[in-house]
Amino acid sequence: MMGKPLAAVVSVGLSKFGRIEGKYGRELFFDAFKEAIDGCPNLETRDIEALYVGQMSEFYEHQGHSGAIAANWTRLLPIPSIRTEGACASSGAAVALGVMSVHSGLCDVVMAGGIEKMTHQPTPFVTEALALASDFPFEQWNGLTFPGLYALMATAHMHEYGTTEEQLALVAVKNHGNAMFNPKAHLPKKITVDDVLSSRIIAWPLKLYDCSLITDGASCVILTKPELAKKYTDTPVYIIGFGQAADTIGLYERASLTSLAATKVASKKAYEMAGVSPKDIDVAEVHDCFTIAEIMAYEDLGFCEKGRGGKLIEDGETNIGGRIPVNTSGGLKAKGHPVGATGAAQICEIYYQLTGQAGKRQVEGAEIGLAHNIGGSGATGVVHILRRGD
Amino acid sequence: MSEELPKTLDQFYKFVSEKKLMALQCLDCGKIYLPPTPRCPKCFSFNTSWKELSGKGKLLTYTEIHVATPQFASQAPYLVGIVELEENVRLPGIIKNCRREELAIGKPMKVVFEEKAEERKSWPAWGRYYLVPA
Repeated sequence: MMGKPLAAVVSVGLSKFGRIEGKYGRELFFDAFKEAIDGCPNLETRDIEALYVGQMSEFYEHQGHSGAIAANWTRLLPIPSIRTEGACASSGAAVALGVMSVHSGLCDVVMAGGIEKMTHQPTPFVTEALALASDFPFEQWNGLTFPGLYALMATAHMHEYGTTEEQLALVAVKNHGNAMFNPKAHLPKKITVDDVLSSRIIAWPLKLYDCSLITDGASCVILTKPELAKKYTDTPVYIIGFGQAADTIGLYERASLTSLAATKVASKKAYEMAGVSPKDIDVAEVHDCFTIAEIMAYEDLGFCEKGRGGKLIEDGETNIGGRIPVNTSGGLKAKGHPVGATGAAQICEIYYQLTGQAGKRQVEGAEIGLAHNIGGSGATGVVHILRRGD
Repeated sequence: MSEELPKTLDQFYKFVSEKKLMALQCLDCGKIYLPPTPRCPKCFSFNTSWKELSGKGKLLTYTEIHVATPQFASQAPYLVGIVELEENVRLPGIIKNCRREELAIGKPMKVVFEEKAEERKSWPAWGRYYLVPA
């Protein structure tokens, strides 16, 4: 039996994703906020009782304390507003807190979202800022970067299951292609497998086109108690399951180098709570920070058997029109990955899909969607399952 | 004696400076492990103590990093891998004395230590170990 709604998403908003010159994180968050409230005319902003804002790092803008800043710039003061941090899963965690707030009964309406402003900094600086979310004493100290950590997983996956560089490349080809139908995406582009294979090496075997983008952006979702949803919209989307899990900070300490336990634990909880199984998912946004990460997500989320992720993309099953379309937005790979904004942005895409607002990338008849957000090399995992309202 | 040494990261790296690779061992279930969390990851016992490792193992996975953080940029490209040591402890490290083409998963490797520890005035003043083909 399908689970009872825990919370309702009644509106969402996204800033433009990309290299946004002349706007800081708080101003991008304002853009996302404005779009969300414009989409919900029945909502008075004074109805919003709490704000959760994911942001990975104060490094980029020399600015911490983003919770208060987000409330300040949206003029939602003096509601409680805090920043949530779980590396790249910061705003997946913000949404989870929002769900818990309304489900607890303490709040009727809350806002959750995320921010990251990155492109004004040079790549080595960003590489270092991102690496801060990996283990310092053993991984950073030994020169590991985030592409390096996922490259270690890719090498192991290719060895264990025969996954090929061409299969990894197909993830990039698909996601850049999907982004062509998303006006908010950072890098919509028709590319070929050869473009990916011939791009420069970042951390062998991963090349430039295997990596997600350094992007500016912000995201925002408005959550209410399910019984209040119809007051705000005729087309609510319900969150019917979520799960969150932590794993070892060091990749080296884990029993498996080809699977993320945080994904498996979080998704198992979410599936059970939602009363659905992987085959019920009509559309998914997964954490494709690197192409190998999308392949592993297919397997860890149960969209295919372990080791068959490469085959799944090769067979076109995750294309729009396939059995289980993945990253219709373009994903982190091509919509872009403003780290702290990503988790809530995934919820936005599932909302668009389940309310029929996804334009040319619409998955016809989508009723149940899944959002999968990972922090770092897998030390944090957050999964939400959403259902179209009746 | 070693039971009295602190179960800390600084102590791990102090051993490295002394050219010793040490891990913690659970005195209840026998599990040998890193990182040096004071509590056993297997049986959750608090009864643990330092134990020296052989430093010999095999390569589990590897990469060659071309785009590095500012601290490592001058060394790029460089190799990094994870080894599984004889005691079933896994350890990441920079791989030296080797080209990428010479590496393969399963290759016998060993842990070596920097010859003369650099004088590190700023934090962290840790020693360094490396991985090399055995």
